[in-house]
Amino acid sequence: MVVGPRRSLASLMVSDRQQRVARVVWTVLFVAGVAAIPVLNRQTLATAPSAEGGAARFGFHLREVAREAGVDFVHQAPTFDPQLGHIMPQVASTGASVAVADFDRDGWQDFYLTNSADNSHNRLYRNNGDGRFTDVAVQLGVADVNRTGTGVSMGAVWGDYDNDGYEDLLVYKYGGPLLFHNDGGAGFTDVSARAGLPAWVNANSATWLDVDRDGRLDLFIAGYWADDVNLWRLETTRIMPESFEYANNGGRKYLLRNKGDGTFEDVTTAMGITSRRWTLAVAAADLRGTGYPDIFFANDYGVSELYANQGGKRFVDIAETTGVGRTPKSGMNASFGDIFNDGRLAIYKANISEPGVLVQGNDLWVPKEGGGEGEYDNLAPSLGVDLGGWSWGAQFGDLNNDGTLDLYLVNGYVSAGERSSYWYDFSVIAVGHSSIIGDARNWPDMRGRSFSGYQRKRVWVNDGVGRFTEVAQSVGASDTNDGRAVALADLGNRGVLDVIVANQAGPALVYRNTVTSGRHWIDLELEGTASNRSAIGARVDVTFGGRTQRQDVLAASGFSAQNQRRVHVGLGAAAAVDRVRIVWPSGREQVLERPAVDQLHRVKEPA
Amino acid sequence: MPEWTGVAAAGPLPKGRQWLRLDNRFLPPLLITSILLTAHLSFGILEGWERTAAAIVTAFAAEMALGRITYGKWPYAASAYITGISVGILLRSPFLWPYILCAFISIASKYVLRFRGRHLWNPSNLGVSLVLFLAPETVSLLSVQWGNVVAPMVVIWLLGSVIVWRVGRFYLSATYVVSFLLFSFVRAAVTGIPWVAAVAPITGPMYQLFIFFMVTDPKVTVRPMWAQCLVVFFVAFVELILRLNEVVYAPFYALCFVGPSALLVEMWLDARRGRMS
Repeated sequence: MVVGPRRSLASLMVSDRQQRVARVVWTVLFVAGVAAIPVLNRQTLATAPSAEGGAARFGFHLREVAREAGVDFVHQAPTFDPQLGHIMPQVASTGASVAVADFDRDGWQDFYLTNSADNSHNRLYRNNGDGRFTDVAVQLGVADVNRTGTGVSMGAVWGDYDNDGYEDLLVYKYGGPLLFHNDGGAGFTDVSARAGLPAWVNANSATWLDVDRDGRLDLFIAGYWADDVNLWRLETTRIMPESFEYANNGGRKYLLRNKGDGTFEDVTTAMGITSRRWTLAVAAADLRGTGYPDIFFANDYGVSELYANQGGKRFVDIAETTGVGRTPKSGMNASFGDIFNDGRLAIYKANISEPGVLVQGNDLWVPKEGGGEGEYDNLAPSLGVDLGGWSWGAQFGDLNNDGTLDLYLVNGYVSAGERSSYWYDFSVIAVGHSSIIGDARNWPDMRGRSFSGYQRKRVWVNDGVGRFTEVAQSVGASDTNDGRAVALADLGNRGVLDVIVANQAGPALVYRNTVTSGRHWIDLELEGTASNRSAIGARVDVTFGGRTQRQDVLAASGFSAQNQRRVHVGLGAAAAVDRVRIVWPSGREQVLERPAVDQLHRVKEPA
Repeated sequence: MPEWTGVAAAGPLPKGRQWLRLDNRFLPPLLITSILLTAHLSFGILEGWERTAAAIVTAFAAEMALGRITYGKWPYAASAYITGISVGILLRSPFLWPYILCAFISIASKYVLRFRGRHLWNPSNLGVSLVLFLAPETVSLLSVQWGNVVAPMVVIWLLGSVIVWRVGRFYLSATYVVSFLLFSFVRAAVTGIPWVAAVAPITGPMYQLFIFFMVTDPKVTVRPMWAQCLVVFFVAFVELILRLNEVVYAPFYALCFVGPSALLVEMWLDARRGRMS
C-alpha cells in the first residue's frame, strides 16, 4: 500500500507530455507578453490624431500672430567664459522669459520679454488695444539692463510692492537683480540700490508673495548656480552640479521682507529657508488652507521642496512628508491648477523625458482626497500629462472655455544639428561620480549637436473627468522652437486666453486663440486694500453649473513666466454664475452673488 | 540574474567550507536587498515602492506557477526574488506595466528560451533589454548616482566583491572591470571625450548591479574558467562597439548578445566532440 507522502510525491510528478504542453502555453504567454510591450508603449503616447479641425473637435484654435501683432523679438542667449565653450549651449540655455501685466492700467494686458546676451535689450510690449503691440522698453527705461559686467536677464515678475496701484517690475538675472518702480505707467525708475537687493544672484526664478499678510508684497529670489560663480570669469571649472539627481551645491535663496518704506530685509535664514538646491522655478500659493502662502520649488538635479508657511513666521520644508519631494528629477516648472474643479490645487512640475535614454515623466501632484494628511499623489501618468519631452514652462488655463483647466507645455532643450544628438555623451557623464560630473572640463564637447531639440509642444485638453488629451498639432500649436516660458493672457479683451511663448535663442510667439462660439466666461480683476494692492495670494472660487473652480492670483507661475493677474474662468454652456467667493490675502471674505457672465468684473477689497 | 543564487550548482564546496553553502545561497538576495534599502532610504531612488513590489510579486508568482506546473515542484524562490528586485531597481518608468511585463518575461524566458535543457539568457538581462528596446518612449534605465557620496559606493563595491569572491565568481567581475577600463581608453581616443568621462559610467550603481549580478550568472556562462573570462571580455568588447555607436544601454545589449552566443558555441562544440568520440 502506498503511503500518503509517496502518493503525494507521485501525483506531483509531471509527465513529458505535460511538460511539453506547459511549454507551449508558456511560449504563447511569453510571445504575447513581448508583443504587448510596443502596443502598450504606443497607447501610452496616444495623442489626438487629427491635424485638422481643432476648433470643431476641441473647442478652440490657435494661430501664431507675433509678426502681424508687431512682436518681432528674437531672444539672444548669453555667452560665458570660454572655459565653458564646449558645453555653452547647455550652460547658456535659459533667459527667455515672459511676464504679463497691465502696467499702465489702460485695461489691456502688456508683456515684458527678457534678453540674455551681453548688452542686449529687453522688450516691454505695450498693448495698443487693436491687436498690435509697441515696444516701449527703451522709452520707459527697462530695456538696457544687460550691460557687460552686470549680468544678463533670466526673467522678470510684476508686483505692486508699494501699493501705489501700478505694477512694479523685478528683473532677476545671472547677475544683480533689478527692481524698477513703476512711475504711474509713464516710466520706470531703477530703485534696486535703495531697496537693498542682493548684489549678485545667479537666479532663474523669483516671485512676489505676502509672506506675513501685512498687506505688503515680499520678494523671493531663488539662486540656481552658486552665488560665488561668475559665469563670465570662472576661477574654477568645478561649478557644475555635484550630481545629476542629488545636487546640493546650487545657489542660495533670498526671502526679502518688504519693510514698507521701499526697502527690503533679508529674512531667509531667520525664516528657515536653507536650500542650496538648483532651483529653476518657484510658485507661491496657499496650498494648505492656512491663509498664508506656501512656496513650491521645482529643483533641477534633485528633489522638489515645499516650504510650508507657519503663520508668516517661519517656513518648514514638508516636501518629503507630503510626497512631492521624495524622488529626485530635473524640475523645471511650477504651476498650480484646480484640475478637478474641487478646490484642490494640483502642482505641475516639468521634468525630462527622452525616448530611449531618460524617462523621468512630468509630475502632477494632486492633494489626496480628504487632504487630512497633506499628502499628494502623482497623477500625471494616469491623467496622461507625464510625457512632454524635455519639458520647461507650463500653464494651466481654460483654453476652450469649457469650464475645466487645460495645460499648455513648451519644451525642447538645444536645437542644433538636426541629425545629431548629444544624449549619448550626456548619459555617460550624468552617471558619473561627483568628482567627475562636478567639473565642466570633464563634460564631453557638444560639437554642434542637438540635445532634445526640435520638440513638439504639448497642449492637453482636460475633459473634466480624469483624462487629458494631447491636441497641440490639431489646434495649431505647431512650433518646434526651444520653448522656455509660456504665459496665458487675454490680449484682446475677448474673453479667451491667448498664449505668449518665449523661446531660447528664438523668436517670441503670440498665439491668438479662437474659441467656439456659445461658450461663456467670466473675468475678475482684483484690487486689494487691506491686502496687497495686486491681490497676489487671493483665492477665487467661482461656482457655476453645479461645479466650483478655484483660481488663485499668482505672481510667478510656470518657468520664468507670469500670467495675467486677471482671473479668467471659462463656463462652458453655463449662462450664469451662481456665486463668486473671494478670500483676500488679508483673510477677508467677499461673496458676489450671480455676477453677470461674459464680462470683466473689477472687484475692490471691501473695507 | 536569478540563477546566480544557485551557487550550489557550481559544484561541491571543499569539506572545510561546507558551512558556507547555506549562507552563500542567501548572500546575493541579501546583497541586493541591502543595496535597495540603503539606496532608497538614503537617497529615495524609487519613485514608489509599488512598482518594485509589483515586479517582485510578478516574478515570484510567475516562477512559482511556471515551475510548479512545468516540473511539479516548487522552484527556488530567491531566484525570482532577485529577478523582481533587479527589474524594480533598474527600470525607470512612470507606468506600472513595464515592471510587470518585464518581470514576467524575464521569468518566462527561463522556461521558453531553452536549448538542450538549458536556458540561454540571464533572465532579467533579457527582460530589461527587451523592454528598453521595444518601449523607448516610456521606459529607461537607472542611470544616475545614488547620492554621489563616496562611502556608500565603496561599501557596495567592497561588499559585492567579497560576496562574489565567496561564491567563487570574483574573477568574472574583475575581468569585466579591467576590460571596461581598457576599452575606455579606446573610446576616449576614438571619440575625443575626456577619459574620466569615458570611465564615468562604471562609477554608477547600474554597473554595480551589472557587474555583481549579471556577468557572474553561472547558469548562463560557459564551463571552463578561461572561457568564462573570454566571454566576459567579449561582452566588454561588444559594449565598446555599441558605445562607439552611441548606444546608451550598451552593457545590457552586449551581454544579451554575447552570453547566449557563447553558450550555443559551447553546446555545438560539446555535440561535435560527442559525435567524434
